Amino acid sequence: MDTQTKRAGVEARGLGKTFSTPSGPLAAVNGIDLAIPAGETVALLGANGAGKSTTIDMLLGLTPPDRGEVRLFGLAPAAAVAAGKVAAMLQTGELVRDVSIRELVAMAGSLYPAPRPVDEVLREVGIAELSGRRTERLSGGQAQRVRFALALVGNADLLVFDEPTVGMDVEARREFWRVVRSTAARGKTIVFATHYLEEADSYADRIVVMAGGRIIADGAATEIKARAGARTIKATLPGVALAALEALPGVTRAERRGDAVTLACGDSDRAIRALLASHADARDIEVAGVRLEEAFVALTASPAHPSLRSAA
Amino acid sequence: MMTLGYTRLELLRTLRNRRFLILSLAFPLGLYFLSAAPNRHELDLRGTGISAPLYFMVGLAAFGTMAAMLSSGARIAAERTAGWTRQLRLTPLPAGAYLRTKIVTGYAMAMLTLGLLYLGGLVLGVRLAPAQWLAMTGLILLALVPFAAFGVWLGHVITVDAIGPAVGATTAVLSFISGAWYPLGHGTLEDIAQCLPSYWLIQASRVSLAGDVWPAKGWLVVAAWSVAMIALAARAYRRDTQRV
Repeated sequence: MDTQTKRAGVEARGLGKTFSTPSGPLAAVNGIDLAIPAGETVALLGANGAGKSTTIDMLLGLTPPDRGEVRLFGLAPAAAVAAGKVAAMLQTGELVRDVSIRELVAMAGSLYPAPRPVDEVLREVGIAELSGRRTERLSGGQAQRVRFALALVGNADLLVFDEPTVGMDVEARREFWRVVRSTAARGKTIVFATHYLEEADSYADRIVVMAGGRIIADGAATEIKARAGARTIKATLPGVALAALEALPGVTRAERRGDAVTLACGDSDRAIRALLASHADARDIEVAGVRLEEAFVALTASPAHPSLRSAA
Repeated sequence: MMTLGYTRLELLRTLRNRRFLILSLAFPLGLYFLSAAPNRHELDLRGTGISAPLYFMVGLAAFGTMAAMLSSGARIAAERTAGWTRQLRLTPLPAGAYLRTKIVTGYAMAMLTLGLLYLGGLVLGVRLAPAQWLAMTGLILLALVPFAAFGVWLGHVITVDAIGPAVGATTAVLSFISGAWYPLGHGTLEDIAQCLPSYWLIQASRVSLAGDVWPAKGWLVVAAWSVAMIALAARAYRRDTQRV
């Protein structure tokens, strides 16, 4: 891709943060390099404790990094925030009381140089009919929508969401992602942290997998799945030795459960031709891509983490 | 310019806060009528040369305005705990504007308390020349500077559970030992009280007498407390904003 036409959104180089704990220093984030072009939607995927939140805090300038540097649209985080280029919805944060939803969202918008119309934002997140209600009289789900509206109203270029859908029901989650998509379609750069694999898979252009404070994979969802073993072939095939199946071209590993065999394939096209040529009695054949979950487990369990990184 | 909306909303929120309205508006006004109405014709309260309605008007105003100023601290503490401060730090609102707004809000509420007690005073027969009203108001606002800074300091070092009692106790104790409820007379208690800014806050009622309202000592005490409290508040604030 032509880097000249792509404006830099988020850039992090050699980012590191070590916290002192009772059991000694803990490197929460340990040398992260990240370059997100403006307009991209990126998921930070990782288990709890992988370093996602610390990374986000450093990207936003809430936590000063011990090592390395962050640039947002070419600016230091504090300068980018001051210029109104950044908005975020963090994991925690209650709303202040004694204000209506509309008053609060309008105030948040007034802090930004080019805010969106308040009514439009309230409608978008589904709280237009509650706009006169005081913040202390909202349910948890309604308060979360208000926090989402607070992040959207500023019309910022970069939106950061830290585990945004934790605690949301299925319907709320779907609505949330619908709005995120339409926000991305307006050219906004979006970074979200999640430990829900399907969210990263469905809504991100690109997935950055973190474990132990490092980035262990970085690429499109399909690339990450490919790196972890591409596809599987399942078939009903009684009485065939696993060794014979593993010897087939394109097959990396074979497993058996009763009459069913599962072949992990580096090249499933070659493997299926070879399988049918040598075992014409194979029935109920299914070829499937590895689910991101399996890829994630394979990646985070792998000792050879750095080799899995794509040449981004 | 852009922070005006924030200040406006903060003022609105404070006015809607029932606890605040009771503590720094209704409570002092009620106490004022209780203590001043029975001896409203006393023109020389305990040899001070100041009428009872005027003396108690300023005494109770001191109580209410101190509470108003320290309540800003309570709001800062609550917003830090709730994570609201952190959310605001991700908007273009400058950290300094946040603090300024809290102080402006404290002063605005103090003025409201003051205005209400002045009205109460007029009802009970307090009569001063316009210049005297003005001088008195100026001195009261000046003597509140250390309390504005003290509120900011409290907001950054005290947890939200402890801040209510801390504000209440500080206001009650300072009002009591500074003579809000009765003139102190001469003695050890007055010597101690003279080193407190709250004492000089209450002494602003001396505008009705001839001569300087505050002697040099008064100006010195208020100035010294202002400098010390602002330094303390600035340090706590800086440490906190680096960490939030």
